[in-house]
Amino acid sequence: MSEQSVERTAVERGTEGASPRRRGLIGWADPRGRRLGGWAFILNRLTGLGVLLYLSFHLVVLSLLARGPSAWNGFVSVAMSPVFLCFDVVLIFGLLVHGLNGIRVTLVGLGLVVDRQKAMFAALMVLGAIVLIVAAIHIFEVG
Amino acid sequence: MDPHSDTHATEGTGRPIRFRVFRYKQGDRAPHFDEFSLEVAPETTVLDALTAIHTRLDPTLILRHSCFHASCGTCGMRVNDREVMACVTKVLDLDSPVVKIEPIANQALIGDLVTDMVDFYARFNAIGRALIRESEWLPEATEPAGVESYNRFENCIECGLCLSACPVVASDPRYLGPAALAAAERAIEEPRGLDRDGILALTDDSQGAWRCHVAFECSKACPSNVDPAGAIMLLRRRVATQRLRSLIGRR
Repeated sequence: MSEQSVERTAVERGTEGASPRRRGLIGWADPRGRRLGGWAFILNRLTGLGVLLYLSFHLVVLSLLARGPSAWNGFVSVAMSPVFLCFDVVLIFGLLVHGLNGIRVTLVGLGLVVDRQKAMFAALMVLGAIVLIVAAIHIFEVG
Repeated sequence: MDPHSDTHATEGTGRPIRFRVFRYKQGDRAPHFDEFSLEVAPETTVLDALTAIHTRLDPTLILRHSCFHASCGTCGMRVNDREVMACVTKVLDLDSPVVKIEPIANQALIGDLVTDMVDFYARFNAIGRALIRESEWLPEATEPAGVESYNRFENCIECGLCLSACPVVASDPRYLGPAALAAAERAIEEPRGLDRDGILALTDDSQGAWRCHVAFECSKACPSNVDPAGAIMLLRRRVATQRLRSLIGRR
């Protein structure tokens, strides 16, 4: 480093609000600097929350049955629309990521194949992608 | 001239790099970033650059360092969003014209790039300071003011990078964290007279080994190959095995 080349070029004040001291309630979701394991964790938690949301929605939908055949048939016609079928694919994506990564977390959490956890995640996600493609084709064929 | 930047200086042949340095002083309303430009040589480390900034451009910059070879653990920082030891991270290896430098996360900030490590060490107290070993005491050593006692353990250089990288600690400070759990596992593996079962029981807790979410960021961040995540998984295996044995009536 040469002394002549050293200069202060700019000062930005207040442009970066967040302090890195404690990243807060959603600090776990901070994607900056994450590696494969970190992304697996973020994906697992997001899909877990998504599946929880779906379960709540599912229970609400099932309550339509109590309102008689017309209410249920009305929902079924909406559920067969292409947009709704896309949501089905997203749901299967979430279930696959969460379920397959859950296998990795369980095995690694029991101290098994710890040193192969990255390869296991990659292999499980490839498997999930294949299942997702097959499922998506099936959903749209039936729909 | 800073002696360490002189060591690596290649007059006229350096590459210009912009350094965005996190700034915060006690009493400031909010942190901000200051930006500095330096020409760096192939051997220039992030710590070299920071000491040059401190010496020539802004003597108010607060940073902490000691050994310059990743042994003391004091210059751990977040550089371009990843936890590194600044003293062994070469600027040009980052392959970026802009280098963002922040203090490690998830610990109280003293100022600029320096955090308070009290919380980090307190986590070892939570597991009964499992790493105090008779053979490692130095009777002639004196403790710094406010510190009851201290010790060095195995490969861990007590830099706090694992705690900074852990996404669980980021959201929940109650989690014991990777460094203390790795220390516990090491002590269980080689007790040297310590209460092995007692230490294992302390880690068998919802804020202990079971709080880890298997992101492995701590092991990636560790500059000393401690592999805290691997150690936590071993702790879980020990606990699971112990429970299974107690279920079938064996100890």
